[in-house]
Amino acid sequence: MASATATGGSKSNLNVILFYVFLFLFVLVSLFPLLWVFKMSIVTKADLFQSPATTLVAPPISDNYGTIFSNPDFRRALVNSTIIAGVTTVICLFFGAICAYAIARLRFRFKSTVMTTILAISFFPAVAIIAPLFVLFSNVGLINTYWSVIITDVVFALPLTIWILVAFFKELPKDLEEAAKVDGATTVQAFRKVIVPLAAPGVFTTAILTFIFAWNEFLFANTFLFDATTQPVTVAIPNFATVYTVDYGAQSAAAVVVTIPLVILVLLFQRRIVSGLTAGAVKG
Amino acid sequence: MAEVTLENVTKIYGEDVVAVDDFNLDITDGEFIVFVGPSGCGKSTALRMIAGLEDISRGKVFIGDNVVNDLPPRERDIAMVFQNYALYPHMNVRENMGFALKLRKMDKAEIARRVDEAAKILSIERFLDRKPKALSGGQRQRVALGRAIVREPKAFLMDEPLSNLDAKLRVEMRTSISKLHNRIGVTTIYVTHDQTEALTMADRIVVLKDGKVQQIDSPQVMYDHPNNIFVAGFIGSPSMNFIRARLDRENGGYVVKFGPTHLPLSREAAGEAKERRGQDLGEFAGKEVVLGIRPEHIEDASVEEAAAMTAAGGEESSMEVEPQVIESMGSEKYLYFDIGRDQAVHLDGAEDATDDSAADEADGGVSGTSGSVTGGEMMTARISAASQAKLGQKMKVVIDSSKIRIFDPETEQAIL
Repeated sequence: MASATATGGSKSNLNVILFYVFLFLFVLVSLFPLLWVFKMSIVTKADLFQSPATTLVAPPISDNYGTIFSNPDFRRALVNSTIIAGVTTVICLFFGAICAYAIARLRFRFKSTVMTTILAISFFPAVAIIAPLFVLFSNVGLINTYWSVIITDVVFALPLTIWILVAFFKELPKDLEEAAKVDGATTVQAFRKVIVPLAAPGVFTTAILTFIFAWNEFLFANTFLFDATTQPVTVAIPNFATVYTVDYGAQSAAAVVVTIPLVILVLLFQRRIVSGLTAGAVKG
Repeated sequence: MAEVTLENVTKIYGEDVVAVDDFNLDITDGEFIVFVGPSGCGKSTALRMIAGLEDISRGKVFIGDNVVNDLPPRERDIAMVFQNYALYPHMNVRENMGFALKLRKMDKAEIARRVDEAAKILSIERFLDRKPKALSGGQRQRVALGRAIVREPKAFLMDEPLSNLDAKLRVEMRTSISKLHNRIGVTTIYVTHDQTEALTMADRIVVLKDGKVQQIDSPQVMYDHPNNIFVAGFIGSPSMNFIRARLDRENGGYVVKFGPTHLPLSREAAGEAKERRGQDLGEFAGKEVVLGIRPEHIEDASVEEAAAMTAAGGEESSMEVEPQVIESMGSEKYLYFDIGRDQAVHLDGAEDATDDSAADEADGGVSGTSGSVTGGEMMTARISAASQAKLGQKMKVVIDSSKIRIFDPETEQAIL
C-alpha cells in the first residue's frame, strides 16, 4: 500500500505519513484493552488499585502467573477448554464440510430455505433454551460432562461453519471435480484429493473461527458443568473471585494466558486465513 | 483406443427441454471428430454424456463394444480436456499429469516414465515442477493435453480446449493438437463453436443446431455440399451469400435467375441433385429457390481469373454491383456490396454463422468485420488482389455458375 502511494511528490509523502499515523491509532485502539489487561497482570495489588491508574510499572512481577499456574484447577481448566473447543471444531468441520459440499454442489429444491433454516438455528437466544436443555441433559445423564457443552457448542457453531464453507466450496470450479472424476476418482476421492486441499484456506479459517467460538463460550459451560474436572477456563477465571475478595491480578493473568493459544493459532495460520478470507476476491 | 458409437442419444432437461435430440453417430477407431455449432446447440452436452458427466435421457452410448450409459466417468477409460484447463492448482505439473495414474495405483517408475514421455512430446519438460499458477495459458493447455495423453485412454474428449487462448496461440495449438493426433492416433471427439477449427482439424464434422444433427461429413464434402441453409451459412468464412432467386427451365437445361443475372446449371448438376439429394430439379422449375454462392465464387469480371467463369456461364452470369466496403488482405480482396431488398434472404441462423473465426486467423487481420457486414442484404465476394475495384464505383462481377448451391426456401434443405 505504501509503495503504491509513494511515487513522486510531497503529496504522496504526506499520504504515507497519514497512512502510518492512522494505522498506529487503529492498532492502538484495538490492542489497548489487551495491553491494559496485561499490565494489570504484572503489577502488585497495591498498584492495581491506585487512582489515578499508573501506566508505567516498575518492576513487573510474575506473582499473578505463579498464582494461576500453581492452581491445579486452572491447569485442569486449560486442558478442558482445549478438549471442548478441539472436539467441537472437529465435529463442526466434519459434518459442516460434508453438508456444505452437498449444498454447494447439488441442485435441489428449497435450497435457500434449507440455508435459512440452518442459519435460523443460531438465531435462538441461548438463554431461552438453556433451561430446557439443562433438564434434557440431566435426564440423559450428560450434565457435568464435556458432551453437554460440546453438543450445544456444535449446535450453535455448525450453522456458521456451514455458511462459510458453502461460500468457499461454491468458489471452487466444478470442472476440477469433473476432471478428477474423469481421471478415475470416485466422488469421495475427488472430494478428499481435490476439493478439500483447494478449500484448505477456507477450511482453516472456518476451523479457527469455530475454535475461537467454542474456546470463548461461557454460558453453557457455566450452566452445565459444576466442578473443576470439566470446567473450561472461561468458567475458571471468575472462580478466582471468592466470597470476600476478587483477585483481579490473577484474573488478568488468566485472561492473558487464555488469549495466547488463540493468538498463536492465528499467527501460525495467518497466511492461510488471509487467503481464505479473500478467496474469490482475487482469482488467480 | 476404441470406436465410440452413439445410438439415438437424447438429453432432456426437466420436463421438456431437449438439449440433444436423437443423436446417431459411429466414430471409427482413431478418428478425429469435431462437434460444431452455435452456443446452446447441444454439442457440449453430447460430449459430457459420452464422458459420463451428464446422464443420458434416452439412447445408448458405446465405447468399444460396451454400453457405458450406467458407468461412472472413471470406469469409461476416457480422458477429457476442459475449456478452462481444469488443472489441479495445488499440484505441480508432474503431479497433475500423474494424478490419474496414481489413482490407478500404477507403479511410481512407470508413472514417471509416462509423464516424462508426454512432457517431451508437448515440450513442457522444463515446467514439470511448476504449479499451474506459474504457467501461461498456452503452457497450461499443453499440461491439460499431457494429463490426457499419459492415460493412454480409449478416447480423448476435448471441450472447446482452445477458446481461452489468444488468436495466435490458438492457431499454433490447433496444429499441435492435429500433430499429436496423427502421432498417437487415439479416437478424439472435439467440441468447438469455431468452424475454422472444425474445418482444419476434423476427419469428420458433426454440425449441430438446437440439439439436432444437421450434417455429418468430411470437411470438404460439408463445405462443397452443405445439407441445408444453416450448414451452408455456418461452415466457411466469410459465410456463403444467400439470394432469393428463381429456377427456370431453358433450352432443355436449368437456369437460376435473379434480377438480370442468369446462372445456367450444367447437365451434371441436375444429375447430382438427383443422386445426392434425391431431388428432381424439374419439380422446382418455375419456383422460388434460395441461391447460395460462396464469396470465392464471385470474381471481378475485369481480372484475368474471371475469364474462365465468364466462359462457362456466359455474359449473363455476371451482375453489376457497387462496392460498399473493400478490405484488402494482401493476397486477395474482400468486396462487400448491397443486393436489392427483393433478393435478400433473412435467416435466423446467419448471424450465428458468421462467427469470430475471421478474427482467429492470426495472419489475416480481418478482425471480424465481415460478420457485421454480411448480415442481411450485404453480399461478400473474395476477389483477386489485382482487382481495381473502387468504393462506390459501379463494377461488374461474375459468378461461377458451376459452384452454386440451391436450397428449398420452405424446408431450407439443399436441392443441389
